[in-house]
Amino acid sequence: MTTSTVPAHVEHRANPMQPQPFRVRKVQNDTHDTFTMNLTPVDGGAEFKFQPGQFNMLYVFGVGEVPISISGDPTAGGPLVHTTRAVGTVTKAMRKLKVGDTIGVRGPYGSAWPVEEAKGSDIVIVAGGIGLAPLRPSLYYVLRHRHDYGKVVLLYGTRTPSDILYRKEIEGWRSRFDLEVYVTVDRAIGAWHGNVGVVTNLIPKAPFDPLNAVAMVCGPEVMMRFTALALQKRGVTPGRTYLTMERNMKCAVGFCGHCQFGPTFACKDGPVYRYDKIRWFFGKREV
Amino acid sequence: METLEPYLAEHPFFRGMAKRHIELIVGCASNVRFDAGQYLDKEGEEANRFWIIRHGRIAIEIFNPTTGPITIQTVGEGDVAGWSWLFPPYVHHFDTRALELTRAIALDGKCLRTKCENDHELGYELFKRFAQIMEQRIEATRMQLLDLYK
Repeated sequence: MTTSTVPAHVEHRANPMQPQPFRVRKVQNDTHDTFTMNLTPVDGGAEFKFQPGQFNMLYVFGVGEVPISISGDPTAGGPLVHTTRAVGTVTKAMRKLKVGDTIGVRGPYGSAWPVEEAKGSDIVIVAGGIGLAPLRPSLYYVLRHRHDYGKVVLLYGTRTPSDILYRKEIEGWRSRFDLEVYVTVDRAIGAWHGNVGVVTNLIPKAPFDPLNAVAMVCGPEVMMRFTALALQKRGVTPGRTYLTMERNMKCAVGFCGHCQFGPTFACKDGPVYRYDKIRWFFGKREV
Repeated sequence: METLEPYLAEHPFFRGMAKRHIELIVGCASNVRFDAGQYLDKEGEEANRFWIIRHGRIAIEIFNPTTGPITIQTVGEGDVAGWSWLFPPYVHHFDTRALELTRAIALDGKCLRTKCENDHELGYELFKRFAQIMEQRIEATRMQLLDLYK
C-alpha cells in the first residue's frame, strides 16, 4: 500500500507557483478560532479536483501564503472548501475576508489518504482538534463508497466541548447505522455528558478488526505519536497506519526545501505518510 | 445457581486469570446497578470497593467549590474504576458518578486484601493488572496536561 503522488494535472501545469484567483462564496465560523470558507474560481473555470488529504496554498493578497488542507467532499464537485484555524498573520487576515473577496489558490498538492487501496478493510479515522478537517474528505469518500469498506470508525478528540469542529455534521454522522463515532474532550465542566479523556483512550475498545484495518491519523504531532503506539498495541501494523505531517511549506512543489522532514519534503512526499516509512525519524527532535 | 464467575472471567480486566483465582475473587463480588446521576463513591469516604463495569458509563470527578464538579475522565464498559482500596489510608480521592444507567460488579476491597495477604500469587496477579491501569491513566493524564490542542 502506498500513498499517492502529486497528480498529473498539477505536475503538468504551466506555472505551479502562480496562484489562481478564487472568490469567497461563504464564510462560516466553526468554533471560536476556526472557520470554513467556500471558494469558487473567479473565471468560473473547471471544477477543482483533488484527492482526500491534499492541500492548497492559499494566498491572502498583500499578506502572505499558507498551506491549508482541503476539507470538502472530493466526490461532490461544487465549491472548494477549506477549514482554517486563525493562529498566524495570514490566517488571521484570512478570517477577515468577506463574501465576494478574492483569494489566491495554488494546488492541489501533496500525497493523499489511501482510500482506494483501503477498500475491503475496516477504516479507523483518529482525529485530534482541527486535524478532523484534513480527514473529512476521506470520510466523505468512504461514506460515498460505503459498500467497499468494512467497519468505519471515527475517533475524535478535542480540548473542550466548545472546540468540537463540524458539530452538526458529527451529530448527523452519529445517527448513521453504518458509522461508529466516538468523541472525547480533554476538559469538561457543566453540561457535557460525553467522554472525557484523551483520544488514545478510545482506541482499545473501538469496534474494528485490528488485523484488517487501515488507520488514518491527523492531529498535533504528540497526539499522533501516542496514537500510532496505541494502534500498534491494539494490533494495527505501522504499514497500515497513515498520518499527516505539518511542516513549514513554502513552494509546495519540493523546490525550496523549507518543509524538509528527514529525507523527504512534506509538501511533495507528504503530507500523508505511511507510518512505517517515517517511523525511524518520526518524533526525533529537530526533524 | 448462577454466579458472577462467568461475568468476571469474561471481563477484560480478569481475562486470562487462573480459574482458582477467579473463584477466590468471586467470593468478594456482588452485582450492582446505578441510575444516571447516582454516585458510586464520594471523595473523602472510606474506599472499600472497586467497580468492574459491565454496561454504562461513569465519570471520575473532583468537586471545585467555585465551578462545581470537574470530570477528570470517563470510563465505561470493560473498564475498572477505583484503586484507593489498595493503598492506606483507603480513602477515595475523587467522586465517581454514573452518567447513565450503569451495571457493574462491586468487589469488596477489605475481603480482597485479606485474600491477597493469604495468597500472594493472587495478590501479584491483581497488582499487575492494577499497575497496568494506573500506567495507562498516568500516561493519559500527562497528555491531558500537555494541552495539545491549544
